[in-house]
Amino acid sequence: MSHNTARAAIARETRTKTSKRPTIRKSLLGVTLALAATSVSTGKASAEDVVNIYSYRQPNLIQPMLDAFTNKTGIKTNVLFASKGLAQRIASEGENSPADIYLTVDISRLDAAKELGITQAVQSDAVEGTIPTQYRDPAGHWFGLTTRARVVYASKDRVGQDAITYEELADPKWKGRLCTRSGQHVYTLGLISSVIAHKGEAEAQEWLEGVKANLARKPTGNDRAQVKAIYSGECDISLGNTYYMGKMLTNEKDPEQKDWAASVKLIFPNADDRGTHVNISGMALTKHAPNRENAVKLMEYLASEEAQKLYGEANYEYPIKPGVPADELTASWGELTPDPLSLADIAKHRKTASELVDRTAFDDGPAS
Amino acid sequence: MSPSPTRVPTGARVFLILLACLALLPIAALAWIALTPAPGVWPHLLEFVLPRSAFNTVVLLVGVGFGTAALGVGSAWFVSLTRFPGRQFLQWALVLPLAMPVYIAAYGWVEFLDYSGPVQNALRDVTGWTSFRDYWFPDIRSLTGAVIIFTLVLYPYVYIPARLVFMVQGATALDAARGLGAGPARLFTKVALPLSRPAIAAGVALALMETLNDIGAVEVLGVRTLTYAVFETWLNRDSLSGAVQLALLVLLVVGGLIWLERAARNNRDFARSSREREPARLDLSVTGKAFAFSFCALPVLAGLGIPLATFATFALRRLEAFTEPALLSAALNSLTVALLCALLAVTIAYLVLQTARLHRSKRLALAGRLASLGYAIPGTVLALGLLVPLAGFDNWLDGTLRETFNWRTGLLLSGTIVILVYAHTLRFLSVAYGTIETAFLRVPPTIDMASRGLGRTGRQTALFVHVPILRAGLAVAAMLVFVDSVKELSATLLLRPFGFQTLPTLVYERASQAAIEDAAPAALAIVLVGLIPVAVLNAVPSGLTRGKMRQLAPRPA
Repeated sequence: MSHNTARAAIARETRTKTSKRPTIRKSLLGVTLALAATSVSTGKASAEDVVNIYSYRQPNLIQPMLDAFTNKTGIKTNVLFASKGLAQRIASEGENSPADIYLTVDISRLDAAKELGITQAVQSDAVEGTIPTQYRDPAGHWFGLTTRARVVYASKDRVGQDAITYEELADPKWKGRLCTRSGQHVYTLGLISSVIAHKGEAEAQEWLEGVKANLARKPTGNDRAQVKAIYSGECDISLGNTYYMGKMLTNEKDPEQKDWAASVKLIFPNADDRGTHVNISGMALTKHAPNRENAVKLMEYLASEEAQKLYGEANYEYPIKPGVPADELTASWGELTPDPLSLADIAKHRKTASELVDRTAFDDGPAS
Repeated sequence: MSPSPTRVPTGARVFLILLACLALLPIAALAWIALTPAPGVWPHLLEFVLPRSAFNTVVLLVGVGFGTAALGVGSAWFVSLTRFPGRQFLQWALVLPLAMPVYIAAYGWVEFLDYSGPVQNALRDVTGWTSFRDYWFPDIRSLTGAVIIFTLVLYPYVYIPARLVFMVQGATALDAARGLGAGPARLFTKVALPLSRPAIAAGVALALMETLNDIGAVEVLGVRTLTYAVFETWLNRDSLSGAVQLALLVLLVVGGLIWLERAARNNRDFARSSREREPARLDLSVTGKAFAFSFCALPVLAGLGIPLATFATFALRRLEAFTEPALLSAALNSLTVALLCALLAVTIAYLVLQTARLHRSKRLALAGRLASLGYAIPGTVLALGLLVPLAGFDNWLDGTLRETFNWRTGLLLSGTIVILVYAHTLRFLSVAYGTIETAFLRVPPTIDMASRGLGRTGRQTALFVHVPILRAGLAVAAMLVFVDSVKELSATLLLRPFGFQTLPTLVYERASQAAIEDAAPAALAIVLVGLIPVAVLNAVPSGLTRGKMRQLAPRPA
């Protein structure tokens, strides 16, 4: 295409010199032709042996499982990654959407996709038999793939206790010692939603205000940045997902992250009562999936013991299938007792959770 | 004095209407989405969100507006009209921060000033302080920090046109004023500032719209702007229509501001000279030279140098990533889209403005301005506005053709790079438009009269008189659009076809895996690709204006 464009440009240059007629129209034609040529080459993949994935998960995270799937079945996979608007894209594309599978990292997005009417129910014993009911849609519109717990990272040097509850994070003894990412981030919203589900909106708001009062700094950065802040002494405890610990401990490119991880211990909150809040990464079959059979095959594969094990090893997440052991490193952080609350219930409270974050001005950080 | 307005010929009229439709399509689609009621969204927004986010946005815009104007005009003044060591290099280097995406600059600065970053570490080493409780350090993740970072990266939008004005047409007026005994300060405030006012306004408008549509940097800096509220409403409270309503409301305000600015400008007419020459430069005292040097060197260092150094540190550990096929193909894709988009945007903006000029149609010029408002809409929202109608059209076409010919076209426009080029062109049309419009201001009406009087037709005047004079402006416009397109992330992320990766999407993919470090090579590549045209075309304005314009402009036909 760049050839055509360049040629058009050169042609225009020469013509301008010899003729008095504007040749813009011709060069536009050249561009149009070039575009048409591209559109053929990047057009919709509709061959028999593919499955197309629209994903909020980074491709490199799911690639090992997808490669294994392709090796096994010969079905190729295409991934389109974005951070926002994929559900709306599927909805707009309608029956011509190339998407077969919608992959996300948060329950609320799965639920929103179902509400938007872009998913279809899947009846598959292989999938349903594997995934516990609390981690899938009752009507079969979405399924969890892995779970991750929202835990507390605490400084080994400055925090004595080895057990904690989410409620305790609002205790004034943590004043100026707590770090977290933005309240409007899906991971935080998930946690707040679970508190609303258990305690009601009013108590959740009071709790959030208490947590806000304990913040050491304005909520910014990702979960890893909070651990770094503990390492450097800016705060003593932080909230984060479990797999970040694995990511830091095994980071060979930036070995300083191993030091960050070594400075903290990982505590599973509420281990002794209702259990630790977990969220899922999950998948849904799109309503107009052009490669429906292949897509279901992929879903079944991802729910299989083999893929679940691979997933756990690659990302330090917990396999969703009961009985599949977690990765050795993941297991070394202790026993996870997940909050048995259905994730569909958590998704219901997300809007309220988001409103609470605004109402308490959580993201403004500690009052100075 | 000037020729009276003439009727725009039918052909051109149809062409312009078609362009206007294409430009307004996404806004119309968004308006359609906004019609869906959004129950419960507004009471919450009004009570808890808007007061704070509107305040933040206004402060951010006012700060960035004054900041970019001061930095852009000030540095342009020093490099164009004074003499100090390093001037030759700085006049070139001052453009470079343009290649730095704001979100990457924000990341870089946060890392640099972080508690565990080099500055605070050094501070603790020197002072012996051991914990953050021992001292106070300004937080870059704040509204003030955002104003500073946006200003440092966006001031070239003002610097470039302001320098063009000083170089090209300032000499006569400035020399005259100096002859009348005006000192440097008076020269600056009474002559240079009014002279460059349209250029400043156009540049500041671009910087402000870029500030307004940003979501990446404000997220990094934790500043809750109206744009942030748009996304929060859409994604966290599942109200797309409520979010779009808010986005359109912001757009309405922007449109109003542009109109006001226009109205104010129309009351003034500046004497224009077509006689171009190098202005005589002012001699500065030693202190003056030192000040001029720091004033011009600081923005380059802060806007480009420090974020670049931060990312270079990470990238050095990943040298092998620079030859990765993924990076190379992303660079090629970025280049392709940016070239197409620069070509289209400049062509369209030029045609509209040329028609408006030939037919003395102020209304057309204003219509063009308003049609290029897309720049102020957050990229993802604009992307949705394009996706809905284009995919709708594709599905309609596919359905019709299938029924009549059993022929499938699939997603002809929305599933290919057509939609991507469309989105980029539309987003950055404003950049081309503002720049070329300022360039047109430098073509005195007397030239038209001379050319027409000598029997040239309007079209001939355009081609053989205007275009040569405008070449510098057209080149700068193409460069700005190119660089902006290379940096574009949010619309690209949502609209690209399968497997189509650009440099920013690659950065985003790597960075969102919670490892900004892994994104460093691609981030550097964005800056490098952006620097190519900046570096090449940087030579163009001065070269062209000095050489070609002197030959072309005053010589009688």
